[in-house]
Amino acid sequence: MSFDWTVIVANWKFLLLQGLIGIGQFGGGTLRLAIPAMVLGFALGVIVGLCRLAQSRWIHYPALLYVELFRGVPLVMVIFWFWFLIPQLTGQRLPDYAVALAAFTVFEAAYIAEIVRAGVQAIPRGQVDAAMATGLPYGQMIVHVILPQAIRNVIPSLVTQFIVLFKDTSLASIIGMMDLTKAAQIVSQREIRPLEMYLFIAVVYWLFAYTMSRLSRRLEIKTSSA
Amino acid sequence: MAYNFEWGVLWTGENGRWLLQGIWTTLRLSALSWVFACALGVLAGALRTLPFRSLRALAACYVEFFRNVPLLVWLFFWYFGAPQALPRTAQDWLNLHGPEFWSAVVALSVYHGARMAEVIRAGIRSVPGALLEAALASGLSVGQAYRFVLIPVTLRLIIPPATNEALSLLKNSSLALTIGVAELTFMTRQIETYTGKAFEALTAGTLIYLILCLGVTSVMAQVERYVRIPGLIARVGTAEP
Repeated sequence: MSFDWTVIVANWKFLLLQGLIGIGQFGGGTLRLAIPAMVLGFALGVIVGLCRLAQSRWIHYPALLYVELFRGVPLVMVIFWFWFLIPQLTGQRLPDYAVALAAFTVFEAAYIAEIVRAGVQAIPRGQVDAAMATGLPYGQMIVHVILPQAIRNVIPSLVTQFIVLFKDTSLASIIGMMDLTKAAQIVSQREIRPLEMYLFIAVVYWLFAYTMSRLSRRLEIKTSSA
Repeated sequence: MAYNFEWGVLWTGENGRWLLQGIWTTLRLSALSWVFACALGVLAGALRTLPFRSLRALAACYVEFFRNVPLLVWLFFWYFGAPQALPRTAQDWLNLHGPEFWSAVVALSVYHGARMAEVIRAGIRSVPGALLEAALASGLSVGQAYRFVLIPVTLRLIIPPATNEALSLLKNSSLALTIGVAELTFMTRQIETYTGKAFEALTAGTLIYLILCLGVTSVMAQVERYVRIPGLIARVGTAEP
């Protein structure tokens, strides 16, 4: 068995530009999927997390159901659900990229909601009382008092969840979206060099995930010392 | 939305048997991988707390490399890539004994072993240092102190985060469908392909996963109650994924 690392050099454009970044005729792209999914998943997660803490049972039970349902089911299953349901409901086929983005946003929001909830619950009760005593309306209290403190407290957990999301985007290749994993699959089948190919993308994924985890650790030290 | 529901497809013909086979394969794959992942996790997690720099670095490399790469990439690596590097006879043995299943076991064990190592390390750190000192003072060697005192106490403390890991492993075992292991998600897809009844098949798969997750949670809660150390209520926080 001999290694041939030249396949990486010969295919770097396809792997990194098309697969990782998403520039090229196939669309997709690991980063082009991961970054919007993080932003949208975070936004939805904050909303669901706040609903989970709402007084009204008509709001907090649906939010609880949402969180427990998506956390109890494998991501692959959720992706297949979206793949099947979106054409049924809208009557048209959406591109793989849109299906993947919707599935990741909804799935990750369930996990982010739990993190946000923990952050809100860690805020001392006095903060709420003080905000209400100054006469702030409920909405402004949430936006200006509760959320900034809650989110600052849970930044390390959020970054950790974003690492999970980044790694999870590899599953978009299962429904055929072009990402780093799909690109490596294609090259590996054409060149019959699976060992080299998968080790190479492992290193690429590792570089991103490890950098993010160092960042998370540094933030953790910073927030705990502050 | 015009869709005719036909829940009967879940048990007519071969389909019911396929679902049961899928559940059995998912459970077998998850249970085997869980045992290996715990073993690897205890080993690597304990090494990371030892006072020997080189052993700590070795375990840290294993943990940091394997848990920061997607499981799907590891599955493809262990299934398509790694067997090429094996000697001829080992490749032949593997081809006779279901290479998909064993590659999935290796991928899940090694990946979740790295994650379990973090859980175990956090657990060992949460045990008061005086316990190890007392064990050493009573004449045990470092190895004996870990084997008879530190690890047994830690394993009891980490059951809540370990439950999360077990659930994560069970759900991640669904990725094995990509290399052709006929586990639950694979069988769900197969029923969908043969009958065209995606809604029913996906609902069945989803509900079965939810039930399996509840089962794992209750089994681990039973285990926790059974092995509890009287008077000790300290709990370790969940380790980062």
